[in-house]
Amino acid sequence: MAATLPPPRLLPSGDSAVTVEFSRTIDDAANERVLALDKALAASPIDGITETVPTYRSLLVHYDPGKIGFDALGEKLLPTAIQPLPPATKARRWRIPVAYGGEHGIDLEDVAKALNTTPDDIVARHAGGDYRVAMIGFTPGWSYLSGLDKSLHMSRRQSPRLFTPAGTISIGGIQAGIQCLAAPSGWHLLGRTPVRTYQLHRNPTFLTEPGDRVTFFAIDHKTFEELDRAAEAGEIVAEQVTA
Amino acid sequence: MSRLVIANIGPASSVQDGGRFGAQRYGLTVSGAMDRLSLAAANTLVGNEPFAAVVEIGPFGATFTAKDGAVRVAIAGAPRNADIAGKPVALDTSVTLKDGETLTLGFARGGAFTYLAIEGGIKGELVFGSLAVNARAGLGSPYPRPLQAGDEFTVDAASGAPELRIELPKPSAGPIRVLLGPQDDEFDDANKALFLDSEWKISATSDRMGYRLEGPAIKHLHGHNIVSDGTVNGSIQVPGNGSPIALMMDRGTSGGYPKIATVITADVGRLAQTTAGTAFRFKAVTMAEAQDEARKFAQMIQGLSDRLRSSDTVELNIEALSDANVAGYAVSAVDAGTWQVVAEP
Repeated sequence: MAATLPPPRLLPSGDSAVTVEFSRTIDDAANERVLALDKALAASPIDGITETVPTYRSLLVHYDPGKIGFDALGEKLLPTAIQPLPPATKARRWRIPVAYGGEHGIDLEDVAKALNTTPDDIVARHAGGDYRVAMIGFTPGWSYLSGLDKSLHMSRRQSPRLFTPAGTISIGGIQAGIQCLAAPSGWHLLGRTPVRTYQLHRNPTFLTEPGDRVTFFAIDHKTFEELDRAAEAGEIVAEQVTA
Repeated sequence: MSRLVIANIGPASSVQDGGRFGAQRYGLTVSGAMDRLSLAAANTLVGNEPFAAVVEIGPFGATFTAKDGAVRVAIAGAPRNADIAGKPVALDTSVTLKDGETLTLGFARGGAFTYLAIEGGIKGELVFGSLAVNARAGLGSPYPRPLQAGDEFTVDAASGAPELRIELPKPSAGPIRVLLGPQDDEFDDANKALFLDSEWKISATSDRMGYRLEGPAIKHLHGHNIVSDGTVNGSIQVPGNGSPIALMMDRGTSGGYPKIATVITADVGRLAQTTAGTAFRFKAVTMAEAQDEARKFAQMIQGLSDRLRSSDTVELNIEALSDANVAGYAVSAVDAGTWQVVAEP
């Protein structure tokens, strides 16, 4: 029998949710355990759980305290949470087009200056990365990516912007992101994608899932306009690569 | 079918229901009524399911006119002046607007949100099981945005059912109860005590996304950046400036500030109805107490129909009702003690 993994911390998030915390930092191993627990709970539901929300390092488990109490739920969650990870399955991979710089990426030049290099070099490093959707959150479809090249790690902006446009491709700290809707953000804006990770009347409504792989490729601003119109009409415009 | 036409309505008013659950994993905000008990009370009065969609009316006034037939409605939540052609309408009662009649609601007093339920409910297109408006994401139906003058709802013609009132328990005036965590270990004992022992006020810049709390600055042990994790209704996060924010129904589904405590389910609505500038305190409770209160709260909502009374079977509190409405307040028809008067700002 395979050895079990160290147990996560069970942190109360009020009386109707528990945070199952595997790590305090961003690390892929912890995220894999989050997603494995999420999958295991979907496959073998525990009565009383109403919804689960995977994040980088923890799984937020919403439940009905009228059906199961905190202690009883913890006793059921822990044995599943410490199981060895199942063998990795092939992840979906998305190729996401990005119009870098200019009006679509107003921080590209400043990021290049701060890192003593050229905008083209920043684009090459960002587009050259191999990313993984670690979580989706904050606003619909906002996909938080792990795998940002170490040379692009930099602090978030001192003062967050109250508005950043839909489709923003940005970096913040050690994270990269695909933002779907206009939202406040303290991250550095490198470009914009026409891809909608969330579109209400499209099938699927949500494009990305935690665990998906992501790469970027540069497009010019004219191509952006064309793809943006197609996306508005309901096309997915991201390329799905089947491994 | 009748129509209910909005002649006037203040900001921060929108269609809300029990909320949009099941897609928080994709970043989809839950939204829903800020005060679930009042939502359920208004719906129960007109025979709807407790968490059916209603009009959530913000702190300012609103007027509703019945067209093409009669419309039966009920109001619950924050007290306010309410009348039909000068005749007072009591909070926590149903009333039928005849064709052409207008219900006029004044400013909220001693609360923020009042709920107007319509018999038969609001018709719209469900998204993830909900009509609730989330303006940022362009979600909600029939209007995916705050309501405006001229908006109207196509509604069932009034059934002619006898008018009802509902006897709700007196709202507690005690502290807002919280469970510490999930990140209370990001704060030392002195700062946890500062949070629990201080007097707080809601900032006027608060909204359905979050209530900013004014009081002492709470200091973190290890800085204010944590790796984003999930949030719930009532999460109290502490950003870099030390001023806590209680996350409300339009919260982001994840957040990157340490969360010192979480408002218990039974008290989230009370916090939502706390007006800007009103002093209040928090009190830490145990998990057992919080879950016990959550169960009782859920049972009370499911049992609200047992609290319905015929409007004409009791002596109405006519005197208080009349005095209060003259003074510009709407009060409970039965118990004048369930409303609180606040000084004009």
